[in-house]
Amino acid sequence: MVTYLIRRLLLMALTLFGISVLIFVLLRIVPGNIADILFDAAGMVSAAEKHKLEAELGLDKPIVVQYVDWIGGLARGDFGYTYVSERPALEEILPRIPVTAKLAALAVMFSVLLGVPLGVVSAVRQNTALDYVLRVASLSGLSLPSFWLGLLILMAFVQYAGWIPIYTEKPARLWDELALLSIPAAAAGLRSSALVMRLTRSSMLEVLRQDYVRTARAKGASPAAVNYDHALRNAMLPIITIIGIEAAFLVGGLIVTETVFNIPGVARFLVEAIRWRDYPVVQNLVMFIAIIVVSVNFLVDMAYAVLDPRIRYEE
Amino acid sequence: MAVAHEGGAFDLARNRAAGLSSSLAHFLRRYPLGAAGAAIVLAIVLMALLADWITVFDPTATDAHASLARPGGAHPLGADFMGRDMWSRIAFGARISLAVGVGATSLGCIIGVSIGLLSGYFGGWLDLVAQRFMDMLQALPLLVLALVMSAALGPSLENVILAISIPLVPTVARVIRSNTLMLREMPFVEAARAVGMNEISIALRHVLPNTLAPLTVLATAQLGSAILVEAALSFLGLGIPEPYPSWGRMLSESAAEYVRTAPWLVIYPGLAISLAVFGTNLLGDALRDIFDPRLRL
Repeated sequence: MVTYLIRRLLLMALTLFGISVLIFVLLRIVPGNIADILFDAAGMVSAAEKHKLEAELGLDKPIVVQYVDWIGGLARGDFGYTYVSERPALEEILPRIPVTAKLAALAVMFSVLLGVPLGVVSAVRQNTALDYVLRVASLSGLSLPSFWLGLLILMAFVQYAGWIPIYTEKPARLWDELALLSIPAAAAGLRSSALVMRLTRSSMLEVLRQDYVRTARAKGASPAAVNYDHALRNAMLPIITIIGIEAAFLVGGLIVTETVFNIPGVARFLVEAIRWRDYPVVQNLVMFIAIIVVSVNFLVDMAYAVLDPRIRYEE
Repeated sequence: MAVAHEGGAFDLARNRAAGLSSSLAHFLRRYPLGAAGAAIVLAIVLMALLADWITVFDPTATDAHASLARPGGAHPLGADFMGRDMWSRIAFGARISLAVGVGATSLGCIIGVSIGLLSGYFGGWLDLVAQRFMDMLQALPLLVLALVMSAALGPSLENVILAISIPLVPTVARVIRSNTLMLREMPFVEAARAVGMNEISIALRHVLPNTLAPLTVLATAQLGSAILVEAALSFLGLGIPEPYPSWGRMLSESAAEYVRTAPWLVIYPGLAISLAVFGTNLLGDALRDIFDPRLRL
């Protein structure tokens, strides 16, 4: 277990190192350096100012030194400087994290509360009309773009409620904020819930085919006891991995949902930074997202290893 | 004799035709959802191919008089702020969606199959490096990687296809690799080696064709994702540039202000995206049941 843990940690570090190189290189294949882009965007022309900016950004140094400086800065929590608001990027990002975290937590809750029970029902009633309806529903859920769903929800509110659930200022009480966020969370979480439902169904079907389930049936256990006591308990384990899969899946939904509902979160900030071509910030935000996704997957793997006594990692 | 022979050939042809139509009937009966998906996909392909004939207006032609025209009359699905006909834009938008979807999926599959085949068949350090590289790509959410790539490459149709294809690579590479690992140990590979074929020919002529079934299933599923990612990129203003009529772009942020005043500008493009993706998803599910019931995505 300990060797497995160390191996996984090393792999995780390697992956993050690779991503940092990838992003660093990707943002440097753009023709013209960041100072050029900032100059275009800001409309400044003085060559002296440009050299000053290049020196400030370290663009005059060799590329390897630039990379080491960037990683060193990240490790110290230096997220760079946003050129749009002329403030340290961390000051912009930190207040946005709780908003996105709440939205993400609500979306995950929504997707699990809706997806797991429906997936179980669909598997238990395999090949019945109900199963068919649920499968078609989950497929259509996966086919809806989250941003369109968000727009449809806005439209329904305009039509029937007469107000728009858009985040204009932070509500004073936590409950009010959560209530306001629950609407976009449903828009972002619906696709995830369809994914959760499909994975739960297939995990449950796998378990229902096992010998011990047949044994339980043969000894005369009631269908409910077989389905929920024997099968679901064992099917829950693979369902945990879904949370890991969902982490990466949900980020895409959050990006467009925060944009549609005008929520001042981290995901929308990424889009804004990309649109403003604020590459130092983009680079840091993408690293931040990668660290979160990789850590969630690591934690899920660890939970799996601890919870499943059959798994012994001794290669 | 000659007559009997002709009759035999005739029977054969008739049987073949009967076989085809009966297997089609079988498919319809056994996989009604898959058949519905195939019909939706076919309808969208036809819409893209026949866009010039089934529309009246040029999708990029503006008309101040038709600005925000309600659906009905000359503009069956209404017109946008610049007076461009929605139906034309949706029909021509099918071309963009399919071009990006098919283009990105094919490119992603070609790269993914090459990596998966090489790393699965030859193994060793090549496999190790390829796998770590796939780990990296998979740790970045699809939309984030596509966003950063398309921002770095600049907005154009080709760049959007490239930006969407790369995030699709790891899944393909993983599936092809695990299939190749299994196929590598098969007796027919052993036999090919025994008759003196070189390793590259074995990989290409004996292993590769046997991975086509899972690849078909995977490619269909990825076609849906590619269409969705294109829509999201264009919606965020980082995808297909003007004047191409992209479904995602039609829903772009400015559409949020039409939620109140011109709902048809929001409903129809989103419906088009959802239907296209729903069709490919239905078809993909049926193909998965047919080709590889064990493959779980």
